[in-house]
Parts: sequence; C-alpha cells; structure tokens
Amino acid sequence: MDNLLSIVTFIPALAALILLVFLRGEDEAAQRNAKWVALLATGLTFLVSLFILAGFDPSNTGFQMVEERAWLLGLQYKMGVDGISVLFVMLTTFIMPLTIAASWNVTDRVKEYMIAFLLLETLMLGVFMALDLVLFYLFFEAGLIPMFLIIGIWGGKERIYASFKFFLYTFLGSVLMLVAMVGMYAEAGTTDIAQLLRHDFGSETISLFGFQIVGGMQTLMFIAFFASFAVKMPMWPVHTWLPDAHVQAPTAGSVVLAAILLKMGGYGFLRFSLPMFPVGADLLTPLVFWMSAIAIVYTSLVALVQEDMKKLIAYSSVAHMGYVTMGIFAANQQGIDGAIFQMISHGFISGALFLCVGVIYDRMHTREIDAYGGLVNRMPAYALIFMFFTMANVGLPGTSGFVGEFLTLVGIFKVNTWVALFATSGVILSAAYALWLYRRVVMGDLIKESLKTIKDMTTREKAIFAPLVAMTLLLGVYPALVTDIIGPSVGALIGNYETALANAASASQFAASQ
Amino acid sequence: MIQADLNVILPEIVLALYAMAALLIAVYAGKDRFTGPLIWLTAGLMAVLAAWIGINGEGTRAAFGGMFHDDGFSRFAKVTILMSGAAVLVMGQDFMAKRDMMRFEYPLLLVLSVIGMMVMVSAGDLMALYMGLELQSLSLYVVAAMRRDSARSTEAGLKYFVLGALSSGLLLYGASLTYGFAGTTLFSGIIDAAGEGQAPLGLLFGLVFVMAGLAFKVSAVPFHMWTPDVYEGAPTPVTAFFATAPKVAAMALLARVLHDAFGGVSTDWGQVLAVLSLLSMFLGGVAAIGQTNIKRLMAYSSIAHMGYALMGLAAGTVLGVQAMLVYMAIYVTMNVGTFAFILSMERDGQPVTDISALNQYAKAEPGRALAMLVLLFSLAGVPPLVGFFGKFYVLRAAYDAGLVWLAVAGVVASVIGAFYYLRIVYYMYFGEEGEALDRSRASVAGVLLMASAAIMVVGVVNLFGIETAAQAAAAALVN
Repeated sequence: MDNLLSIVTFIPALAALILLVFLRGEDEAAQRNAKWVALLATGLTFLVSLFILAGFDPSNTGFQMVEERAWLLGLQYKMGVDGISVLFVMLTTFIMPLTIAASWNVTDRVKEYMIAFLLLETLMLGVFMALDLVLFYLFFEAGLIPMFLIIGIWGGKERIYASFKFFLYTFLGSVLMLVAMVGMYAEAGTTDIAQLLRHDFGSETISLFGFQIVGGMQTLMFIAFFASFAVKMPMWPVHTWLPDAHVQAPTAGSVVLAAILLKMGGYGFLRFSLPMFPVGADLLTPLVFWMSAIAIVYTSLVALVQEDMKKLIAYSSVAHMGYVTMGIFAANQQGIDGAIFQMISHGFISGALFLCVGVIYDRMHTREIDAYGGLVNRMPAYALIFMFFTMANVGLPGTSGFVGEFLTLVGIFKVNTWVALFATSGVILSAAYALWLYRRVVMGDLIKESLKTIKDMTTREKAIFAPLVAMTLLLGVYPALVTDIIGPSVGALIGNYETALANAASASQFAASQ
Repeated sequence: MIQADLNVILPEIVLALYAMAALLIAVYAGKDRFTGPLIWLTAGLMAVLAAWIGINGEGTRAAFGGMFHDDGFSRFAKVTILMSGAAVLVMGQDFMAKRDMMRFEYPLLLVLSVIGMMVMVSAGDLMALYMGLELQSLSLYVVAAMRRDSARSTEAGLKYFVLGALSSGLLLYGASLTYGFAGTTLFSGIIDAAGEGQAPLGLLFGLVFVMAGLAFKVSAVPFHMWTPDVYEGAPTPVTAFFATAPKVAAMALLARVLHDAFGGVSTDWGQVLAVLSLLSMFLGGVAAIGQTNIKRLMAYSSIAHMGYALMGLAAGTVLGVQAMLVYMAIYVTMNVGTFAFILSMERDGQPVTDISALNQYAKAEPGRALAMLVLLFSLAGVPPLVGFFGKFYVLRAAYDAGLVWLAVAGVVASVIGAFYYLRIVYYMYFGEEGEALDRSRASVAGVLLMASAAIMVVGVVNLFGIETAAQAAAAALVN
C-alpha cells in the first residue's frame, strides 16, 4: 500500500464526516450510534496502524513509507515516518480508542463530542507524519480548534477561562514559529523537511538593532521554534495554561492532552530544533537544562500542595516533561532514547492517572482530594490499579516510568552533573506527592457519608485500563521494544548534530584566522 | 478606432446600459413591484459578466490613449468584484423584503457603483481613476442612507459622505500636485517623470496625498474612523456590500496606482504602506475586543484584514501583489458568508446585532453554528482553513521583501484578533441559556453561508486555482 499513512490519518476524519452528515437526532439510539461509530473508527485506525509498525524497518534511518504530492505555493503534501515519529503515531492510535471508551457516559451533544475527538485524532496523526513544514504547521495548529471546543463545551465550571487561555497561549507560541518557517522557506527554497534537515542554515554572528546575535539565523530560528514547543511541552515558566486546561477539560480531553498533545512539543524539538539549528541549540542548551531542572523541582513542590487531583497530576506532568527536555538537549544516545521513552511511557501512565481520576469523578462529581478517603474499602480493584499507576508515575523499577527517568538522568549526568543532581531530587519529590495523594484518597477508613455507597469499577472501566497496565509493565521489563526501534534513528540524529557542530566550529575558527 | 476602444470597455458599457434601461422601465412601470426579479436579474447579469471576463479575457489591451487598461490584473479584480456583488445582492433580499426596503433603486445603485469599481481597477490615468472612484462613492453614499426614516441610516450616509468628500479632496489635491510635477495625468507618463529611485519632492507629496485618499477607501488606520459607524448604521445588506466589493476595488486601485504610476519609487511608498499596515492590524485587533455589536466588530475586523492585505502590497514585489489578490479573494468569500449569517440574526422578526444574543445558538441551529464556526476560525487565520493561507501568502511576501519586523508584528496581531472571533464562538457554543433567536428558514443567505464555509474547508486542497490566476494577474501589473 503506497498511501498507508494517509489512510491511517484520514480514517477518523472520514468517520467524523459520516457522523456529521448522516447522524440525525439527539435520542439515545443516535447517541449510541455516535459512540459506536467513533469507537469502531478509532479501533480500525489502530488496527491499520499496526501495518505501519509491521512494515517499519528500524535499521533504515531515513523516512519510510513516504508519500508526496504537489500542493499550492510550492508546498507539498508529504507524509512519512522514521524511527523518531513512528512510535508517536502508534501511541496516538493506541490511546484514542481508550479515550472514546472512557467517554461512554457523555450525554451532552454526543455527536459533536465524537466528531471533535475524531478530528483531533486525524490532526495529531498528521503532526507526527507530516514531512512538509507548512503541512506540519497546519496539523499542529488545527489541533487547537477541536481541543478548544472540547474544553469549552464539555469542560468544568471554569471551562471558558481555561479554553481561552489554552487557545491564546498556544496560538501566540506558535505564530512565531510560523514566521520562522516562512524564513526557512525563503532561505532554503523548500519546505520539504527531509531536505531542510540537510540544509545548513547560516550561523555567522549577525547584528540586529545593535545587538550581536551569536549563532545568527540559527539562534533566531531556534528561539522562534522554541517559543512554540516550550509552550506546548509545556516548560517552566510557560506551563501555566496546562493545569487550567487539564482541570477543566473532560476526562477524555485530559487524557488526550497529557498522553499525546504534550508530546508534540518534544517531537518538535527532535524533528526541528536539534537537527536543523544545531548551533543555536548548542548555544541555548544551558538555558534549557536549567529551565528543565527548575521545572522538575518547582512543579513537583507545587504538586505537593494541590487540593485538586487533576491539578496535581497536571503539575506532575510538567515535572516529567522536564526530564524529556533535559534528555533531548543532552544530545547523547541515552538522553534522547530516554526522552522518547519517557514520552511514550508518560503517555500511558499520565493517561491512566487521568482516567483514574475520571472513574471517581464520574461517581462523586468532585475532584477535591479532601472529599475522598478510604476508597480501598469499597473499591479494591480501583485501589489496585491506582496503586500501580502511582508507582509507575513515581518511577518504580519494573514499570516503564523507571526506564525513561533513568535513561534521561544518565544522559544528562554525562553532560552536566549539577543539573543531574537537581533533577534527581525530583524523583524523591514525585514519590512524595504521588504517594501522599494515594494515601489521602485511597487509604484509611471510609468515614465520609457520601462515599458509603460508591461502587467499584465496572467491566468497561477495567477493560480500558487493561491495555495500559499491560503496556506499562511490558515496557518496564523489556524496554528494548522501544529502544530497538528508535535507536538507529536517534544515533543518526546525534551523528548529524555533532558533525554540524564540528563544521560550524571549524568554520568560525577558519573565519577567525583569516 | 473607436470601435476597438469600445470593445475594451464592453463589459462596463453593457452594465451601464442595463442600469439605465432598468431605471427607465422601473420608473415608468410599477416601480417597486419588480424589485425582487430585478435583483435576481441584476445578480445574474453580474455573474454572467464575471464568467465572460474570466473566461474570455486574454492579453493586455489599452483604450482611449492609455486611460483604460484591460489586463490580467484588472480582470482578476473585476471577477472578484462582480461575483461578490452578485452574492451580496441576492442574499440581502429576504432581509429587505421583510423590512419594506425593496426599492428598485437599490440594485441599480449597486450596479452603478460596481461600474465605478470596474473603471477604478482598470484606470490608467488619474482622471479615469477619479471618475471611477466618484461614481462608486456617490452610489454608495445614497445606498448607505437608504432607510430615510431611520436616523441611524441617515447618519451613516451623511458621515460617509462628509468623510468621503474629504478623502476625495485629499486625492484630488494629490492628483493635481502629481499633474503639476509630472506634466501628465497618464500613469505611463508619471512613471517616467518619477524615475527610478528619486522622484521630485512635489511628486512625492502628490503620491502621499493620493495614498491618503485611497487609504480612506480601504479604511486603513489612521483613515478608518468612518468605518464602524457606517457599518453599524447602514442596513445590513448594504453593510455586507461595503465590506466586500468596494474594498477589493480600492485595494486593487491602490496597487494599480502605486505600481503603474509610482513603480520606480517603491521604497518610498513601501514604508508608508508598512506603517499603515502595522497600525491597521493592531488597531483593528485591539478595538474589536470591546465591541458588542457584531456589525461594528466586523468593521474592525475588516480594518485588521486590510492591514494584512496592505502588508502584501508593502512588499512591492510580484509576490506581494499576488499575495494581496489572494488575500482579498479569500477575505471577500469569508465576509460574504459571515454577513449571510448576520442577516439571519433575528428575534421576533427584528434584526439583532448584539453578540450576546447568540447564546446557545449551537443547540438551536447546529448546522449554521458550525458553518459560522468555520468562518470565524478562518477569519482568525487558524489552519487548516483557507483564511490561514491568505495570511501565509502575505507573510511570505513580506519576509521575502525584508519586512521581517512587519511579519512578526502581523502574527502577533493575529493572536489578538483571534480573541474576539473566539468570543463569538464562545457565545454560540459555551454560552449560558438566554433568549433564543428566531429559527431561520431556508434562504439564499443560508445557502451562501454554507457554501462559503464549505469553501473554507475544501479550498485547502488547491484554493480552487486562484493561486495561478492571481500570479498571472500580479505579473501583468508588476514588470
């Protein structure tokens, strides 16, 4: 199949179109149909995407399964995957059916809800597959529209503030990237990512408004892209939209946000920032390191004092993303392997944690930690699963959380010991807030009147968690499943990065000796 | 000899003869009874002419000693003007019929202003330019004040007239200076007098005044003051017309004058346009935030959009003109759809323009709300909708011309702009319960709303080929 990637990308969009055009009515049957169509479409997408994984050759570090068509303004519709992106594609197709299944209790505007999620899946898959700058931007930005609606329509009490903040924050971040993209197009004369990866953007010092910019074009472009991805990631100090968005979003929205949307930032760093602007990246690496270290320690401390469960997990996400940025910019095999691993594993774990909150939220309609306590007495299965993912979040060996944190810490230790020292303290802090949360919600005696009748998880809920538990365990005990796929591509990325840096260094030496 | 000249302006002649004939017939027979059919007939004629110009037009021809040009550029603008004029005519019909505004003068005045616009975009001489501009403006002054019994509408007409007269004065003053220093009113003569790089100071003064006069017409900041009041006061179908065809005509005329007459001093006017563009984008964005009236909001929105189109023009290159044309075509399509939506906003049969009246609109009318949602995100320039590509073109042109600072400012302004478009989405989709609007019946406006929303989505594939057309048009203008 020549256009397997397009097929996978557009199955959900097609299903959304079918729902939009053919589904009528608001009654129960229509709602059930909408849910089933969405579930089947996302399930089918996952099954078809398995062919991508099966046909993928890890030893080939170039782009595979490439499709290319001319588009307007000299742009092109070009899709492809390599070792860095293929697992994000799989993560997306894997998580989406679970989020649809987790939304089975939605009763308000079900059709529109499902359409929004289906479109979101198409757009997210497009982000990871696009091999044209503008096509990437298109998918990257378009994802804001369904997410804005998901938070705004089906969110909690403060949903309007949260949805506007989410949209405007991320929009402002990425428009600067758009200007940089236009600039790259003008410089290199192409928007093909594969060619841009080979293009050497100027790194001679330039003077702008009287300032000497070391690294020239590359530094400016790096900053523009960084503005976008850092917001998306999100990195401290531009993370403040995330807790609001998470808290107000419906459960499924939080899951998608944490498990997939945040990964676009990390993916962007790996696809654009590091390989295309190596000199700029190298110059600003210390900044990124310290921002990450601060993110890890500071947001962990903030998580400690939260009273809202979702907010706590949201801050924990920011902290975990700190490991990712740190690992990426360590720019060695362990660091980047670890960063990608951490992103994949965080996709499962944080998704599952938000689902855990969703389970009790559906029953009690509150996320206040104080409103709970002693759930283990009436919900043993829930207590077990929540325990498992709490441990995975802490990074217990044997779960996938451990591998990612360990690899990134090894990577950063090789480059900057001090940052590694601060970052490692985050491991302890994460244990503190996660275990304390668990104790307050699940352990103890069941004394709250309102909880006396709470019911344990249904079969549907257990079925949603089963694949997540399996993946977390599997990757925890056999991480080679991931590292074998990403290894060669990451190796090639680092090789190119170091060559480019060496070239730039010798060029500037040459210029100095003249 | 005259035969060849007349051939060049055949579309304008056809339209003018039609307007006069229809006027005579309507005056003597039945008056307003025929307004309905007359609107359809007029719109049909305009559509046919658009198709004729679009399909048959070829090459570059000049008539009347270079006073009138027929080239790819003017044809692109004419097709856009005629199509949007036709669309606006038919979609306002229900609205006007309901409010007893079906005067036969309405379609005919619009036809006359369209003729003026067609002359404007083809002008090759300052006199032809002024004639076209005044024909257009005079018709529009009258249309704006068409509801004689409404103080709002009269006020709008008067305001428009006074400020329009002022801008005409500026323009004429600039034109006379230009004539004085160049010794001719022909663009081809002025460009020789202006020379490459350094024009006589008097000529530059003329240029600045001409630009100021035209900036009034495109409502670029700081010449925008009339826009919100006129948009608000005029009957909605008339506002829809103001927001579409005249903007294209004025923008095309500006491009025509700057490139044909002052092409050699593009660095001089490039700076001026860059400043106009910057101010328009920011003022349009910031001032719209506080608006509660959707027509005023659209006025500021159009000011901001003109800022982006001017950004393309400020580049002073072929790519810039192409970007401007693509932007204007997209802008017009979006505005036709948006105003089709505004026309259908009614409560108890009365038009409503308050944004908060849209509370919970999405529950009552999911289809229309979705179409409006698409249009709003497109206006905000969010991909993957077509509005984004308009922005992308002008950014590209600005960057290539070295106006990086303007491009950066433009994208920042677009974030501010996104806020107020989102606010309408917020009312439609997230709002609390409120008094509902009337259920809208199937109408021409509804069809146009759906159609333009569909264009915004489907156009992503190849923009319906307007890219190549705009490229040819830009190449015809800039050489």
